[in-house]
Amino acid sequence: MLDLVNVEYDTLIPNNVKLSKDKRVQKALEKWHPGYINWWNDLIPQEFQNSLVYLRTAVSVDPKGWAKFDYVKMPEYRWGILLAPEVEDRKIPCGEHMGEPAWQEVPGEYRSMLQRLIVIQGDTEPGSVEQQRFLGKTAPSLYDMRNLFQVNVEEGRHLWAMVYLLQKYFGRNGREEADDLLRRSSGSDEAPRMLGAFNEETPDWLSFFMFTYFTDRDGKMQLESLAQSGFDPMSRTCRFMLTEEAHHMFVGETGVSRVIERTCQVMKENGIDNPYDIAKIRGLGVIDLPTIQKKLNMHYTLSLDLFGQEVSTNAANAFNSGIKGRFMEHRLDDDHKLNDATYPVTQFEDGQIVLKDMPALTAVNMRLRDDYRRDAAGGVGRWNKLIAKMGIEFEMKLPHEAFNREIGVFAKKPFNPDGNLLGETDYNEKKFDWLPDTADGDFIQSLMVPVTTPGEYAGWIAPPKVGIDNKPGEFEYVKLHMA
Amino acid sequence: MTAPAKQHLIDPEICIRCYTCENTCPIEAITHNDDNVVVDFDKCNYCMDCIPVCPTGSIDEWRVVKTPYSLDDQFGFEELPEQEEFAAGASEESVGLEALDDEMSKLLAEAHAGAGGKAKAPASASKASIGLYNLGKPAEMVVQGNYRLTDDPTHDVRHIILDAGSLPFPVLEGQSIGIIAPGTDDAGKPHLPRLYSISSPRDGERPNFNNLSLTVKREDKGICSNYVCGLAKGDKVQVTGPFGSTFLMPNDSDAKLLMICTGTGSAPFRAFTMRRQRSDPDAKNAMTLVFGARTPQSLPYFGPLNKIPDEQLSKHMVFSRLEGEPKRYVQDELREMEDEVAELLHDPNGYIYICGLRAMEEGVEAAMTSIAESFGEQWHAVRDVMREDGRYHVETY
Repeated sequence: MLDLVNVEYDTLIPNNVKLSKDKRVQKALEKWHPGYINWWNDLIPQEFQNSLVYLRTAVSVDPKGWAKFDYVKMPEYRWGILLAPEVEDRKIPCGEHMGEPAWQEVPGEYRSMLQRLIVIQGDTEPGSVEQQRFLGKTAPSLYDMRNLFQVNVEEGRHLWAMVYLLQKYFGRNGREEADDLLRRSSGSDEAPRMLGAFNEETPDWLSFFMFTYFTDRDGKMQLESLAQSGFDPMSRTCRFMLTEEAHHMFVGETGVSRVIERTCQVMKENGIDNPYDIAKIRGLGVIDLPTIQKKLNMHYTLSLDLFGQEVSTNAANAFNSGIKGRFMEHRLDDDHKLNDATYPVTQFEDGQIVLKDMPALTAVNMRLRDDYRRDAAGGVGRWNKLIAKMGIEFEMKLPHEAFNREIGVFAKKPFNPDGNLLGETDYNEKKFDWLPDTADGDFIQSLMVPVTTPGEYAGWIAPPKVGIDNKPGEFEYVKLHMA
Repeated sequence: MTAPAKQHLIDPEICIRCYTCENTCPIEAITHNDDNVVVDFDKCNYCMDCIPVCPTGSIDEWRVVKTPYSLDDQFGFEELPEQEEFAAGASEESVGLEALDDEMSKLLAEAHAGAGGKAKAPASASKASIGLYNLGKPAEMVVQGNYRLTDDPTHDVRHIILDAGSLPFPVLEGQSIGIIAPGTDDAGKPHLPRLYSISSPRDGERPNFNNLSLTVKREDKGICSNYVCGLAKGDKVQVTGPFGSTFLMPNDSDAKLLMICTGTGSAPFRAFTMRRQRSDPDAKNAMTLVFGARTPQSLPYFGPLNKIPDEQLSKHMVFSRLEGEPKRYVQDELREMEDEVAELLHDPNGYIYICGLRAMEEGVEAAMTSIAESFGEQWHAVRDVMREDGRYHVETY
């Protein structure tokens, strides 16, 4: 048992999977490694590669000593392969095999389904690093720059985690898929990333915060479901990844919150009570609340698309076979098989939104999306508390699930954020009341000036309440390399 | 009246409700509703598994309470309650949290009493992990080496290296660990742990090895010190801790450190010095050591210390039993260094650490008083300001 906690440093790749005893996989990973390092080096601007960043590195899977903080040059970050400790006698938690011992090897009949799920998950990890590659240049503080790089290196580690599964369990196919994860590239014409949201640009820091809040939260929900997998190595990998993912949620929630706080503060200082006095508020160098709402609308709806079709036989198969569970499956109180159960699914019929009971098996995507909506609403509520506390009358809202969708029953239907169906012309006229247009993007971009003095923050964002690793305000989170 | 108890709380204004702590807690002592994530006082056993996994720092909150906050109380928190006031007599030992174990807290409070008030860590110090292992659940470490440091038959000081193997045992320079001597006392009860300062830096006696070192003097009739000094390579030792959250070094290579010690009080300063050497080998003129011993033969680490370049560590070794020389103590040296010390007292980035036998306190206090007076200042006023800033630290025993 203890061996599983102990991390081996005797190979190039730190791991707790006894890599040194598995020459085939070790060879495959070491062959893959230079390509990964090249990918990283080509991606992140050179001045940051040479800077010392105060990062946490996962060094153990025991919660007590799981990570340590120190200055690291990013290319020297120890990307390791760490699986949560094996749970003794773990059973398949759901579907037709429920109660059988969890699989330690890939069950033949589910091989391709499992491989596809791993590839899709793996594809998102480098995708987001690619989207965020230039943000370091406009970081509003060294604190934020550190958080960006922390998210980046950990997404990198999550790619490693998926590549390990592919190379360990899927033979030649797996190795090819692992190579393709480095071949595809966000926004590329020839070989784009597999999911739409990972081909959008992350042009500014508000987008980054919204992305980590909304899109990474989809990642978290997916990881939570995969952590329930009957395929034990997958479950253990994802459970450990979730510990790191929590930091990404933190960056998103506090990032947006600090932008809101600063805007409200500047409004108050200048005696502005009307949040819609946009020109005046922008004139003071902060992002007005209605524009923040527009960004929220866009990132939330893009992220909803990541959950796929409301009714999906693929999802039903994954659940029924025990490959993927539901969010917090172990805490749900039902038969975990869903043969006869139903689940209310929103549908679009005869121009109306209706809630219809559908077989719960085919509705697991919908259910996960509902769980996601509840989870995402929590932070929005806390942002609103902050706005109220600052004495401004404004409320952020999650738009209706029918608004601005590309996937599912509402795809390309002209719904407004309240869930009312409009005419095509009407919708197009009002679209940019709800979604950011080029001018909004240009304005936000104009605020993106780097601040690199320790303890100082750009004017459009408030400092954080507490430092990382309990560091004080002036801590130099990144020692920039000025070549 | 029931004794006040420490209660673990979560700051609702900082927490982002990611539930990582809840999923990590091995005994389901953490739960949530739509508003808050909370810790059940009746269940929490202070195992601390939830602390390092929290991405926000909201989890590391503690209150000393007469009546613990119930789950419903905590669900209703919009912000953390203030620490309630305790009547006069409350001291570090009842409200301080240097260790989670009352016995250890008390020992540390006594050791830190010489600072004249509640000790505070330097603002930039790394966050210390405390009490990961206790009497009920000690860590087993293996002795990697036991070396004699002194060449004085009446003065047997040992450098002991312990390997934590695969156990996570994160330490910071200046922290202590407890060692449990085997066997029982006269009353037939198992021995309580004795505290020893760690003398190696956070990344290990050898860089990136999960080991640490201690500096231990053999005491006549000292059950634990005789046990520790007699350990052989390969022996297994029961360890508690780590302990201590204030006697820590600032994470700032510009900070100036004045370290004053006698005998095995040098342990934390060996750790401080090695940390600086490893983390910032180019830092210059920022560390000063005033080290008192009877003779060079009885001064631990005399040889290695002399090899450290002066610009990395300015060394003032003073001896009280040199033949043909007048007796000199650390306070005599401090008086001679008056200008240097005074400058440090006034430098917001200057830190003073004192570690050694309790007997050294009086002399150091007297020297500091006269140095302050020569600049027309009250030492206790200066000291209190420094302590509040986390710049004045005393650990004596």
